Amino acid sequence: MYTLLTSCALVLAIVLDLYITKSKLILRRGLWVAYAIILPFQLLTNGWLTIRNIVQYNHGEIIGVRLCGAPIEDLGFGFALILLVLTIWWRAAPKK
Amino acid sequence: MGHYGYLAMLAFTVVGSFWLELFLKVGVLKQVRRLLLSIAPIAAIFIAWDAFAIAHHHWWFDRAQILGIYGPFRIPLEEYLFFLIIPIAGVLTIEAVKKVRPSLFDRAADRGE
Repeated sequence: MYTLLTSCALVLAIVLDLYITKSKLILRRGLWVAYAIILPFQLLTNGWLTIRNIVQYNHGEIIGVRLCGAPIEDLGFGFALILLVLTIWWRAAPKK
Repeated sequence: MGHYGYLAMLAFTVVGSFWLELFLKVGVLKQVRRLLLSIAPIAAIFIAWDAFAIAHHHWWFDRAQILGIYGPFRIPLEEYLFFLIIPIAGVLTIEAVKKVRPSLFDRAADRGE
């Protein structure tokens, strides 16, 4: 279920970005440069939470692939969270 | 680390990203309305997801490593903070990239739009 919901969140983020806010961040290199900076921190913090068992997962709800200790779903979860917020942020920029 | 295990990760994220506001002067934290507008609807979706996942035991938290303060839907305080701090860190990062290299956000396809 976590896998499915993560996929839904990613689709929602992409649809919002391309067709609703029309920020089209995913078509801009800057977003990917920013995400390249975020990614190591995301792996580190997700890993911290999971390797130390601060957050524990029901094995029946994840696909079982892990990155730096954390379920791969966490990566999608974090990316969707950030992209959803950023695409609205971009759209809400003050007019120059 | 004890009960501060989760909080430490949040503090790390704050320290690791909020300096961009001070040193690159991205002016993100001053735009409170714009931040709230961007974060509130998305945080609401993710909190609903979190509530659902906790209720259905998709995931759970080690009581020994969180403060033990719970908000609505039996969601730990740290989770609520997560949905505030992580998005702000994301906004600070993208604004920092934009400040240093604005051209990275140009889209060749629709220049002049």
